[in-house]
Parts: sequence; C-alpha cells; structure tokens
Amino acid sequence: MSKQTVSVSPHIRSSRTTQNIMLDVIIAMMPAVIASGFLFGFRAILLVIISSAACAVLEYGWQKMMKQPVTVQDLSAVVTGMLVAMNVPVSMPIWMMIVGDIAAIILVKQLFGGLGCNFVNPALVGRLVMMISFASSMTTFTGSSGIVDATTSATPLANPSALGWDQFLTLFLGKHGGAIGETCALAILIGGIYLIVRKVIKPIIPLCYIGSCLVFTFLFGGANPVMQIFAGGLLCGAFFMATDYVTSPITNSGKVIFGVFIGFLTAVIRVFGTYPEGVTFAILFGNVLVPYINDLTLTKPLGGIFPKKEKKKEAAA
Amino acid sequence: MKDKLKIFTNGIFKENPVLILLLGCCSVLAISVTVSGALGMGVALTFVLVCSNVVISLLRKIIPDKVRIPCFIVVVATFVTLVQMVVEAYLPDLHSSLGVFLPLIVVNCIVLGRAELFASKHSVGDSFLDGLGMGIGYTIVIVGIAVVRELLGNGTIFDQRIIPEGFQIGIISQTPGGFMMFGFAMALLIYFLGKKGKKFEPRIGCDGKCGSCSANCESRITDLPKDEPAAEVKA
Repeated sequence: MSKQTVSVSPHIRSSRTTQNIMLDVIIAMMPAVIASGFLFGFRAILLVIISSAACAVLEYGWQKMMKQPVTVQDLSAVVTGMLVAMNVPVSMPIWMMIVGDIAAIILVKQLFGGLGCNFVNPALVGRLVMMISFASSMTTFTGSSGIVDATTSATPLANPSALGWDQFLTLFLGKHGGAIGETCALAILIGGIYLIVRKVIKPIIPLCYIGSCLVFTFLFGGANPVMQIFAGGLLCGAFFMATDYVTSPITNSGKVIFGVFIGFLTAVIRVFGTYPEGVTFAILFGNVLVPYINDLTLTKPLGGIFPKKEKKKEAAA
Repeated sequence: MKDKLKIFTNGIFKENPVLILLLGCCSVLAISVTVSGALGMGVALTFVLVCSNVVISLLRKIIPDKVRIPCFIVVVATFVTLVQMVVEAYLPDLHSSLGVFLPLIVVNCIVLGRAELFASKHSVGDSFLDGLGMGIGYTIVIVGIAVVRELLGNGTIFDQRIIPEGFQIGIISQTPGGFMMFGFAMALLIYFLGKKGKKFEPRIGCDGKCGSCSANCESRITDLPKDEPAAEVKA
C-alpha cells in the first residue's frame, strides 16, 4: 500500500482506503457474529476473536520475516480471520481453525503476493483445507450452550426434502445446526444491506448468485429451492465472499456472468453432488475463472481501438 | 577430480532431477505419502538409473541414432524387471505400496532423460557418477517430502507414531498436500542455491546458444562443455 503510482487523468478523488472498506466489512459481519453468540454460546464469539487475531499475527509475522512492508493495519487479515471462523462449527478445536488460518493467510494470500494478488478467496481455501483435513470436526454441528439443542444436528441441507414452509422462521433466524456465521439469515441480510448502502459492494453479485441458485435448483428438481437459499452457507458466501474485490470481476456484465455461473455450480453440487453444500467449491471455481471473465467483458474505452483489431495488428507485426 | 565431483553433485543440487529439471514429478507426488515407500522408490530408481546409464554409455557407439529411444527403453526395462522381481520376492509390502509406479520406472523421465542427455554422450565413469548423483538427488527429495507429509498428515514416520492420534492435518497426506510440499521444496532449494542477493537461475532448457539468448545467467559465456547441450526435456 505504500507504493504511490501516478496514472493519466481523469482521476477520481475518494476518501476510501483499504482500511475503511475493511472496517465496513467488519461492521457488516458484526450482526452475524453477535447472532452466533446468541445461538451457539460464547465460544462462537471466542472463535471469531481468536481466528482474526491469529490471522493478523500470521500476516505480521510473515511480512516481518520476509522483510516486506507490514500491512496488517489495513484490516484485511482480520476480515479473513473472521470469515474463516464464521465457516467453522462451534465445536471446532481451536488448533484446527488456526490451520485454516495458516492456509488462508500464508498459502493463499502471502505466498501469492499479499492483498490484491490472491487468486482465490483466502477464507474459502481455509475452509476447504479444514474440510478436507478434519471432515468429521467440520461437520459435527452442536450447540454448546446457546439456543440450539446440544444434540448433534446435521445442517438442514443434508436432507433438504424435509424442509417445509413451517420451518421458514427457524431457518431465517438460524436456529439450526451449521457453521457459526452462516445460520442466521436475518443477521447476514442486515450486514449485506449495510454493505450495499455504504456502497462497499454492488448488489449485482449477491442477487445474481442467489437468484440463479434458486432458479437452477428449481430447474434441476432440487427439493424446496426457496428453503435451500436460507439453509447452508449460501447467503454468507453471496454477501461476504463472492463479492471480494480481488477475486470478483471488475465490470458489471462480468459480475452478472460470475454470479449466475457460481449460482449454477452451487445448484449442481447441491442437487447432484455427494456434498450437501456447494458454495465453497462454486465460489472458488468462479474465482479461478475471474481473469477470463474480465477479459471477455472488457469495456471499450471511448475512441479506443476495438480489441480484436489490436490483436490482429500485433499478430501481423 | 573436481570435474567428476561436479558431475556427481550436479544431480543433487544444481540440476536436481525433480526440483530443477522437473522430471519424474508424477512418482514423487504419488509415492511421497509414506517414508518407507519413498525410500524404496528412491533406491529402486537409483539402481535402475546407475545400471542403465552405465550400459547405455557402454553401448553408445553401437546404438544407431535413429532407433536410440527404443534401445534405451529396452535397456531400462531390463533393469526395471530385475528390480521388480527382487522387490516382489523379498519385500512384498513395499511391492504392494509402490504398485504401478515400480514398473512405470521404465518410462520415468529421469531415466530416459539422463540416457538421452548424458549417458549417450559421455564415458562410462562419468555416466555412472551422473546416474548416482541424479538417483541420490531424487531419493533425497522424495524422502524429504515424504517425511513432512507422513509426519504432518499421518502423525507417523516409518509407521512409528510420533504425533498423537487426532492431531493430523489430513490434507497434507492427500494429493493437494503433495503439490504444496513439492512447491515448498522447490522454493527452498532455489532459495538455498541463490548467491547473496542474487536469485539462482537454473540454466536448464537452454541449448547453450548464448549468443541468441537474452537471459543473464551466471554461466553465460563459454562455461557449457561442448558435448553437453542441455537441450529442453519434455516430461
């Protein structure tokens, strides 16, 4: 962030910095974190705090060790840490969560060059690494002391056909098993709306993602498509992860393609796959395709040469 | 004497077959799950490599240029069959854990690559040293990766439990972990080979035509021996 570059005009003046964008994201995640405290007990909040602290320490330590400028104060590591914690069940052992943090911060973010250079969403890779490494801990959903029963209950997505309209309120308020940050749809929606109002994110990706997931789940004959929107990590993924600046397309049309595509993938995995949840894989796969989507939807500068002709010229030369 | 030593150490460091030449990665990724399997694979490959290098070097004036690859494969296959029979007879556990990768040494890029690049152009002694160096380089890498993967992924080394049950990171002993450790090992070797403040640049893949080359490598001028055009090798 310390590098200053000068580019040709026109310039936009803005008071936006990485730090205050990240602060907004943290504020937006607060409702979900607080809700998780009510639903699952204090340990959920403790996990969030530990995970964000661990990510900040890891980033600081790595940048010190590699003699790079330290960028912890931009809060992006804290956001990543919170997202990792929101993706684990409340009974997750802390050291396992820290393995996820290491995967997110070191493996995906710092090894690829820090913020802005990660090719996929760090928090989702953290989740994926934990999912593959500690499958049983990641899918044991118990409520320790909160409202949710202390008995083990699977995520509602494990048996979507059992979801009736009468369970809408349970799902909407998050009174069911699941990862700590993804169950309470109400809290996530509040956070998402805050981000949209503050213009931190554009609503295009979440709307396209959720909409296409709904449509494709319906088309593929999945049980209770509307209920499936509120179950699992879809809302959390749509608002907080798919909209990550670094790993989502720049242009509006690109955002539409991206949103529809990951919605399609999520529906395919949910309906036909062996995993009950497809959000992680869908967003990660979408992330990998982002450079190509950006290339396809490149806007033509006013008076600029049409990209195709330019390419031909290059080839001729 | 110094030249001979250089031929030998080349295979371990500067031209490490796995981490610098990027040959034979398939077996490294697949076999490096357990230390015992990795050690067996390393020894088997070193044996085949040394024997085939020596024999091919002996036959290098007899083998017609146009059919050299089939000839190399026949020589290599002979030794692989030998190894396979011995392993099957005396170490049945190792045989089952190596599975298809033992017979696959026949088409292992390292063996064929060294036959083509080195043994068919150098004397018997040099080829022996080259085969030994390359084999040891391969063994060090595969065993090193296997130690980390078995320790962190499974909590054991040589099937002796070191990390208590329940503290394993499964992904490291699975395929993605193999790729990760492979990348880390590569980065480590290049880091240690770098001189002070200067990154190590492998001079593999160039054909020794320094005149038309834009890279600024340390062996730029005439360091390359005339009979060793380090031509690009496709895995």
